Amino acid sequence: MLTANKGSTFKVFKQLVKRDIRVASRQRSDLLNPLIFLIIVVTLFPLGVGPGPDILGRIAPGVIWVSALLSSMLGLERLFRDDFRDGALEQMLLLPVAVEISVLAKILVHWLLTALPVLIITPLLALLMNLPLQAWGTLWLTLFLGTPVLSAAGAIGVALTVSLNKGGALLSLLLLPLLIPLLIFATAAVEAAVAGVSPAGPLALIGAFMVLCITLAPFAVKAGLRVSVN
Amino acid sequence: MAVLLEANELMSIRGERMLFSDLQLSVHAGEIWQIVGPNGAGKSSLLRILAGLLTPQAGSVAFQQNPIAEDRETFYQNLLFIGHKAGVKAELTAIENLEFYAAVQGVELHEPPYEILAKVGLVGLEDIPAQGLSAGQQRRIALARLWLTQAPLWILDEPFTALDVEGIALLHTRFAEHLSAGGAIVLTSHQELITELYQVKALTLRYQH
Repeated sequence: MLTANKGSTFKVFKQLVKRDIRVASRQRSDLLNPLIFLIIVVTLFPLGVGPGPDILGRIAPGVIWVSALLSSMLGLERLFRDDFRDGALEQMLLLPVAVEISVLAKILVHWLLTALPVLIITPLLALLMNLPLQAWGTLWLTLFLGTPVLSAAGAIGVALTVSLNKGGALLSLLLLPLLIPLLIFATAAVEAAVAGVSPAGPLALIGAFMVLCITLAPFAVKAGLRVSVN
Repeated sequence: MAVLLEANELMSIRGERMLFSDLQLSVHAGEIWQIVGPNGAGKSSLLRILAGLLTPQAGSVAFQQNPIAEDRETFYQNLLFIGHKAGVKAELTAIENLEFYAAVQGVELHEPPYEILAKVGLVGLEDIPAQGLSAGQQRRIALARLWLTQAPLWILDEPFTALDVEGIALLHTRFAEHLSAGGAIVLTSHQELITELYQVKALTLRYQH
């Protein structure tokens, strides 16, 4: 009689992360495009609104955050799209670990590949928009805490729309309204820092969003994927 | 022989159409079942229900007497499912694809699986990303998993698609090995399985209007 070995949950998680990073490293344009889009959109504002440092500094938090939201929508679909097309998604649902664990691995890789570069170029964006220096740290923190929300909530949207042919536009329509609270608190935190007030309140709320999204999104994603692979 | 997989009173409705109802199937160790029927009769849906990817409208599937939804970990450690989308990542090489599937299924590889690649005729192509290979060769990467796995139950959707004569003969040999080792196979195929290596049991689905 044949018997199968037991693979540990952590090992499967590690393998998924490793494979996804390897796949992504061979299609770099997919990763670079959203980042370049973000930089271009932010550069358009000084050209469109005029280079007056006062106006730019005032609208900087909003501009940077809205641009970050839009650019994250560009790269979101690749979270599950290719896997859905080639059948790797089906195989992921058939792994001998809880689907939520595999989903968490996908979300982690997506965050590493899309949000980390944004965090690295944040100072450049702040400089372009003439954001007062005392708010740079807060801007970076809002992005650090907020980008996992984008990846996790985005995964729910992608899971629901991946089987549709024209899911891309629908995805943005579904997700952007849900992300309004994040935008409000993120810009409130940066504005507080600009005004010299403590941004701790809004930052704590973004942190709470993040924890909520990371813990609950995998369950919603699992349900969404089950519908999509049917 | 022991019952590996048992389906009870399965019913499936896709869209407005009933595909099948009251379907019974017991797959014993050492048996190979071929699901036959015209296009649209629900062969793939049945396989996906058996694999737990699709929920039936009624009925249940049990693996070694345990409902598959209750003990999914044990079930999926013992199942190898290859659908008509093969699950081969186009950006990765054959070796990388196989190493991934071996690792997640808990199969220890001490060296890259060159021997298996040689068996499925992919020698010399191991360093090329799968997107540079032909459809038949990509199919062979997916089917190479049959040599890597220790799972007793195989569910295969059209495994012979895109394979040449030699590849088909190779699969028959592997099937025979697996069956004599106490494994079981459920598959769909449009061609009749003509082989003297084993006896095929057939389950016929009719197209219902």
